[in-house]
Amino acid sequence: MSSASLRNPWGKPRFLAGVTWVYIIWSLLPVLLAIRFAFNDGRSRTTLQGWSTRWFFGDSAFSVFGDPTLQDALTHSLLLAGLAMLIATPLGILLAIGLQRWRGRGSGPSNVIALLPLVTPELVFAVGLFLLFTTALATIGLGTTAQVIGHVTFSMSFVVVIVRGRLITVGPDVEEAAADLGAPPLAVIWRILLPLLAPAIAASLLIVFALSIDDFVVSQYLASGADTTTVPMRIYAQARAAPTPALNALATLMLLITLMALGLAYLVFKFFTRGEKGGSAIEQIASIDSGGGR
Amino acid sequence: MDRRRIWGFFAAPGMVWLGVFFVVAFYAVVSVGLGNVNTLYQPIPHWNPLDWNVGYLVQAVESVIPGGQNWAVVVRTVLYLGVAIVLSLLIGYPVAYYASRHAGRWRGLVVILLILPFWISYIMRMFAWTNLLAPDGYGSKLLSALSIDTLFSSLGLLDGTDWLGGQGITVILALVYGYVPFFILPLFASLDRIDQRVIEAARDLGAPPPSSFWRVILPMSKPGILAGLVLVALPMAGDYYTQTLMSGSPSTSMFGNVINDYIQGGPDKSLGASMTIILSAVLLVFMLYYLRTLRREQGEVAA
Repeated sequence: MSSASLRNPWGKPRFLAGVTWVYIIWSLLPVLLAIRFAFNDGRSRTTLQGWSTRWFFGDSAFSVFGDPTLQDALTHSLLLAGLAMLIATPLGILLAIGLQRWRGRGSGPSNVIALLPLVTPELVFAVGLFLLFTTALATIGLGTTAQVIGHVTFSMSFVVVIVRGRLITVGPDVEEAAADLGAPPLAVIWRILLPLLAPAIAASLLIVFALSIDDFVVSQYLASGADTTTVPMRIYAQARAAPTPALNALATLMLLITLMALGLAYLVFKFFTRGEKGGSAIEQIASIDSGGGR
Repeated sequence: MDRRRIWGFFAAPGMVWLGVFFVVAFYAVVSVGLGNVNTLYQPIPHWNPLDWNVGYLVQAVESVIPGGQNWAVVVRTVLYLGVAIVLSLLIGYPVAYYASRHAGRWRGLVVILLILPFWISYIMRMFAWTNLLAPDGYGSKLLSALSIDTLFSSLGLLDGTDWLGGQGITVILALVYGYVPFFILPLFASLDRIDQRVIEAARDLGAPPPSSFWRVILPMSKPGILAGLVLVALPMAGDYYTQTLMSGSPSTSMFGNVINDYIQGGPDKSLGASMTIILSAVLLVFMLYYLRTLRREQGEVAA
């Protein structure tokens, strides 16, 4: 037996490596090609026809910035994501702190309810909100407000998971030390707890943004018409119909925005947790998304 | 005041929010499903359980049992999900296994590439395939050049050569493509936690590689496999958009399409709500199972 086979009795796992790389190519190549078609010089979304940016800016009637319906979809997606981010993050942070420390009657069921949106199929969730906003809460009705509420509701659970993970990592020691040294409770929260939670807060903001911008089902069920159409809804409506690469350009822009938000989340998380030991930040952030289809 | 109880106030705004927009929203489904309709077929929810009217729920249940009008859809949904889940396992296990134990210096890159699909909008990933599988698309051309379309046709899996023309196989493969990342990542995490020393111990005690896999690694990764399978099965069960994008034909409709058609398309929202109650009842066991694993993992981190 050679020393190499002693170290690794399975031999070189060529088969496994092959399967993995074929899978990775299969999972990403179609998206890369869809991005490539966005830069097509011709009208085709199925055949390569040179390079241009006409479907982003150039074409006055059909490009993303020429066609008002595409531009509105982009603006509306960004609006929903921005609002969802600003509402879901503070609510989720408070909820996470509360659930982590609150030991009393009702804390058990509250824990279940806070995590339940993570495992509820989005269709069930969307039908529920749709029926709520068309019956009991018909005063709010369908539209932008309902969409923001929907996005906040499903993304809050993600914030809870992220912030609780951070609370567990930092532990209660520093806070207890501050309290022992005479810091009043509010000062402990404001000057000790919040700075310690900073990486989780930054990551939460950007992840809620990314979840909201990628969402399809909730946006569609709670939309009230053309002016509440988001980018995924526009792509869904036109994927099998409208034949220009402007749709690819729109999808590309959205992907770029999502990945920039996540890249920023990763960098900010790394910056705040520099010098700390523990699992890789990117795996922590990525492993949280268990929603499916969002 | 008891310091431990004061933290409850922190949780209050979030809990009120979830109470209204998650718990009451689900209760709205129940109230509409067990409610009535007015003369314009608009649903009138019955919020008081004493007023519940089981008529629509009975009608919905009768339609999903053998002989009912939606029975074929139920059978198809179970078949599609079953095949898609088995394929996810067959593709996902080797990938997660390689990434966690053998990727070596490529590990960081492999993990990033496995995570990437999570963050590309699901609709965009499906849309990419509608570009490729159009009759003149590169995907169709490649499959034709490799004679895969004729192979599938001769096996009876493909009708004609148009992959987007109402083919069950396209919907199944699209579901696998869409959801397999959600299987790989939890499995990767679970395989990653297996202590290398346990595997070395099996080897030192004379287990040849195949039996150390079957008798040590596989049993130890069972919770990860189950969690991953539940995680892909839940969204697949409520999926309707994959079917519409990749086929659109009623001959490939899934249970999610039935609900979507009743709620968004037709006038029978009460029936749609009843269908949603049935779907939730079937999935509840799986949801609670996954929630338990999730909470146990959080507990482990805390310990």
